[in-house]
Amino acid sequence: MAVFSPFMKRRVLPGFPLALGITLAYAGVIILLPLTALVLKAFDIGWTQYWNIITSPRTLAAFRVTFLCAAVATAFNAVYGLALAWVLARYEFPGKRLLDALVDVPFALPTAVAGLALAALFARNGWFGAPLESIGITVIFTPLGIAVAMAFTSIPFVVRQVQPVLEDIAPDVEEVAVTLGASDIRIFRSVIFPAILPAYLAGCALAFSRAIGEFGAIIFIAGNLPNYSEIVALLTFIRLEEYDYPAAAAIAATLLFSAFVLLTVVNLLQAWHLRYVGRGD
Amino acid sequence: MDFKRLTPYRTPATHRVGDQPLTRALIIGAVLAATLFVLIAPLAIIFIEAFSAGWRTYVANLSDPTTQHAIFLTVLTALLVVPVNITFGIAAAWAVTRFRFPGKNLLITLIEIPFSVSPIIAGVAYLFVYGAQGLFGPLLDQLGVKIMFALPAIFLASMFVTAPFVARELIPLMQVQGADDEEAAISLGASGLRMFLSVTLPNIKWALLYGAILCNARVMGEFGAVSVVSGNIRGVTNTLPLQIELLYNDYNAAGAFAAATVLASLAVVTILVRLAVERFDDSRAEAKKRARPGH
Repeated sequence: MAVFSPFMKRRVLPGFPLALGITLAYAGVIILLPLTALVLKAFDIGWTQYWNIITSPRTLAAFRVTFLCAAVATAFNAVYGLALAWVLARYEFPGKRLLDALVDVPFALPTAVAGLALAALFARNGWFGAPLESIGITVIFTPLGIAVAMAFTSIPFVVRQVQPVLEDIAPDVEEVAVTLGASDIRIFRSVIFPAILPAYLAGCALAFSRAIGEFGAIIFIAGNLPNYSEIVALLTFIRLEEYDYPAAAAIAATLLFSAFVLLTVVNLLQAWHLRYVGRGD
Repeated sequence: MDFKRLTPYRTPATHRVGDQPLTRALIIGAVLAATLFVLIAPLAIIFIEAFSAGWRTYVANLSDPTTQHAIFLTVLTALLVVPVNITFGIAAAWAVTRFRFPGKNLLITLIEIPFSVSPIIAGVAYLFVYGAQGLFGPLLDQLGVKIMFALPAIFLASMFVTAPFVARELIPLMQVQGADDEEAAISLGASGLRMFLSVTLPNIKWALLYGAILCNARVMGEFGAVSVVSGNIRGVTNTLPLQIELLYNDYNAAGAFAAATVLASLAVVTILVRLAVERFDDSRAEAKKRARPGH
């Protein structure tokens, strides 16, 4: 390919300055400006104070419970999401379109409504809460409740990442494996799973990321006890209400940083997936 | 190679993993059973709880003045934010898919950031721009403009959390479609507006509708970001999701569930529209495939 400047492409189509202008103005004012302000505020605090805020017992407890519950929620979605994606991609059955549509319920349902519904379901006398209580499991106002709310709100991620990849696996790949004498389990392990792995991991990372940031659904069901069932997002909110802005900035900036790390992981996984797809062509 | 030594090769019947009737029935059954608990029960309990005290109580709960105001404010926010988001989404998709410029990938990443950022972070970040302690706080105070804990903050925070919605639907579609049709229109002498209305818009209308519907659902349902920036003033800056929390904390569960049915119905409508759009879109994609083989 000839070397030419990015701007040298002959532009037949109109509207570039207008479209780019609107895009940059909106992205700048709505997205970049507030995030920059947050980062500046966090830098304002100074390293020592930042470290003191982040390592205070209550903050550490909040981070621990948030990440642990997000891990549990992601583990649930790794199983349920994969099964759901498998069923939607591989089988035909009545009601499949409806099931496909239902997968989007956690995205379409506002988080406050989801939280209210889950709190009612898992209340001690609720549809799920009562039977669970009788076997000694309490979900509401415990970290388990946090995990439940996180799991619900992040259901679509694994499904929507894995489903298209599963649909794209050509039948002949599996047939070859069959003619070579492989069992179903062996074929799944050695042929199908490696093909979906990057998308599967990306879906899990997205679900984990969403779980860490979730707020609305959780506060209805968690009980929000400091050092027990208080998530990082809520602690940030509480610090704001106490006008403790340095603490709010420090915790929010840390949360933002972890979101960026996860976003990078997802992007790397997606690049890996694209390489995988490219090699297959 | 000595062909005579090969045993006769028989083509196997099409075999795919997990297609045995028993495996199939077990997997589908297990997933459907789990879905009943995981996805259907939460949706069902909202309506059941809301109507548990009878139709009349439900109507009384919904006609509570603060709930009414919350509904009004939520609709107002959507009416303002969704069109702005559509404009931004089209502009971003047009710039990104039709032109090459340095920093393009960075711009795409920037647009998608709100997806991976907790809404609470968004709220805090806005506070540090427009709040009393924020970058523009002193200036706004001098000018007597109130953004934080007032309606403008609700609009701004909603714009942040929904920024990627329309753009994300349009960018992959317009990338696949390419610029051939539009270039043809321009070279035949169409004006930019004419090209947009007669070529671009018809090509992207379903994706645009779907993106707008998703954006609308998110705006109306946004909780975390709005809860930080709105100040939660009852009957003034309380949107419907905040009103649900308020009623719930007031031990007015019936009122909370009644308010929740409005948003849950919105979710159901969103999903139904998605189903309809996909059906139309499928037939359109099929038609295109048949009309232009190899494209």
